Amino acid sequence: MKKTLFDKVWDAHVVDAIENGPQILYIDKHLIHEVTSPQAFQTLEERGIPILRPDQIVATADHNTPTLDQDKPIKDPLSRHQLEQLSKNCEKHGITLYELGHQYNGIVHVMAPELGITQPGMTLVCGDSHTSTHGAFGSIAFGIGTSQVAQVFASQCLLLKKPKKMRVTVNGSLKKGVLPKDVILYIISQIGTNAGTGYFCEYAGEVFENMSMEGRMTVCNMSIEMGARGGMIAPDETTFNYVKGRKFAPKGSDFDTKVAYWKTLPTDEGAVFDKEYTFDAADINPMITYGTNPGMGIKVNGHIPQQEDTSFQKSLAYMGFEAGGRLLDTPINYVFIGSCTNSRIEDFRVAASFVKGKQKAENVTAWLVPGSKQVEAQIIDEGLRDIFEEAGFRLRQPGCSACLAMNDDKIPEGEYCVSTSNRNFEGRQGQGSRTLLASPLVAAATAIEGRIVDITKHLN
Amino acid sequence: MEKFDTLTTTAIPLEIENVDTDQIIPARFLKATDKKGFGDNVFRDWRFQKDGNPNVSFVLNDPTYSGSILIAGTNFGCGSSREHAAWALVGYGFRVVVSSFFADIFKGNALNNGLLPVQVSEEFLQLLFDTVKTNPETNITINLEAQTIIIENEIKESFEIDPYKKTCLLNGYDDIDYLLSKLEKIKKFEATTA
Repeated sequence: MKKTLFDKVWDAHVVDAIENGPQILYIDKHLIHEVTSPQAFQTLEERGIPILRPDQIVATADHNTPTLDQDKPIKDPLSRHQLEQLSKNCEKHGITLYELGHQYNGIVHVMAPELGITQPGMTLVCGDSHTSTHGAFGSIAFGIGTSQVAQVFASQCLLLKKPKKMRVTVNGSLKKGVLPKDVILYIISQIGTNAGTGYFCEYAGEVFENMSMEGRMTVCNMSIEMGARGGMIAPDETTFNYVKGRKFAPKGSDFDTKVAYWKTLPTDEGAVFDKEYTFDAADINPMITYGTNPGMGIKVNGHIPQQEDTSFQKSLAYMGFEAGGRLLDTPINYVFIGSCTNSRIEDFRVAASFVKGKQKAENVTAWLVPGSKQVEAQIIDEGLRDIFEEAGFRLRQPGCSACLAMNDDKIPEGEYCVSTSNRNFEGRQGQGSRTLLASPLVAAATAIEGRIVDITKHLN
Repeated sequence: MEKFDTLTTTAIPLEIENVDTDQIIPARFLKATDKKGFGDNVFRDWRFQKDGNPNVSFVLNDPTYSGSILIAGTNFGCGSSREHAAWALVGYGFRVVVSSFFADIFKGNALNNGLLPVQVSEEFLQLLFDTVKTNPETNITINLEAQTIIIENEIKESFEIDPYKKTCLLNGYDDIDYLLSKLEKIKKFEATTA
């Protein structure tokens, strides 16, 4: 039978199945962080259950960490306690932890791929919905709740009904200034925020074949924003070259053996998906969102659509925008470049290439937050920090930061923030904050101009 | 986990679509290391004004409505995987959420905490909203065994639930119990794939 990439990886991990019920899926890698793990450790302790495979768990501190003065004690007692709890739990159970300040610390979805922890053909989970990021390697990667974190602790398995399969194909080549973030914002704006619910989504076609691993991670990251538990891209030479030589990647002949297996994973010609969408790269422009879900996106120089329903109107009222209006020239006081969607070196390169030789607008507070200590080091090594500082920006330290505003990086009430993160929900970046999602290029241009501009005009 | 069989109660209509888990429990309340107390902050930024006073226009603050069933617009529970959202709804006193569509991760989290997600048709959902808003005293019955939702013993719709999850809810079992019973099989699987 013809199989999809998803089928091949899934079927290779099924331990057993309950009749008319879920399957037992084996999990290769389990990533944990401070926010969604403590109650799972607590559950096991209360029930006297040991952790089955601590060597298959990797921990990092990212959601609730400061992005300044990381070498100093954390001021907020609750945050401090949560991080201490993670350290204690990891120590007690023999779990590798890259804690705050460690050279490998970073956002879980940035540090794991860059360390070679994420590999094709794996099953990988984390108590975070953006775990879909790792599907960029052709792995089955998805977010789980804390009860499921406890299940994986106890059994290295999850009970799951096999999701359906969908494929989004984008052929052609992207126009200048159109980044992977624009591609995924465009897809979600076209198919909606629940088109993927119940599905795993494979991204196929020339656009993804020609995309870097970092771009693929940006795309797969936002699969959950269209409801899909996970996104996947077939592993190819780009994937193998990225994985090769990384700290935890297989070495020598092991690597060659793995590559031979990974090459068998792409979807068979003629395999059937439950649902398919096809788009043309030529139709994709630099995007921005105007509402309070990631599906409410338009091209940056476009018009906000007209819709009658109350949820749509509530959303526009919250944002302070009008149906039919445009976002161009809207003054913006906050810009955030960071998050597990767009905080990798390529994101900072593209931002730096735009701001080089220019000055940040005076009205703008811009937060540049690298995804990991390694990205931070790379930004400094490549001289990008100098470019940012000369343009009036300040580089902060790694973490999830203003993407979810659990730490002090909060956008004030009523303020707009052009953000490279993944969610524009009400209050996501701080109570009353108003988020406009965009690519690092659009974000950089906004920071320079202090208002939303038509980036396509700035490139020509 | 608390068992669930049948429930008859009035309901609270939250007529908003795409309710995300950031609204159910904002991130700033995720700093706790246990499961307690999240109910106090459920829908925090809709329920309360910035000064801490209740927002009287929000349905949970409207004395007209009460009950342990929440009726919500389509795509309920989208966004973050935080199980704190399920803990918050349960902590506040909800046992059932009715919607025409649930986000995947939320649905799983709810089921793992004895909170029953009841997915109904768009038409039935609209009927529920209309009926409850016209008469807030309307009783809604959820019968898990029969997989039915009934408005005032009259209008009925069936709902789907995974048979395994149904058994878990009816008996108060959770997945850990089941997975631990399969440990030998899991270890055998590891040995064959290593």
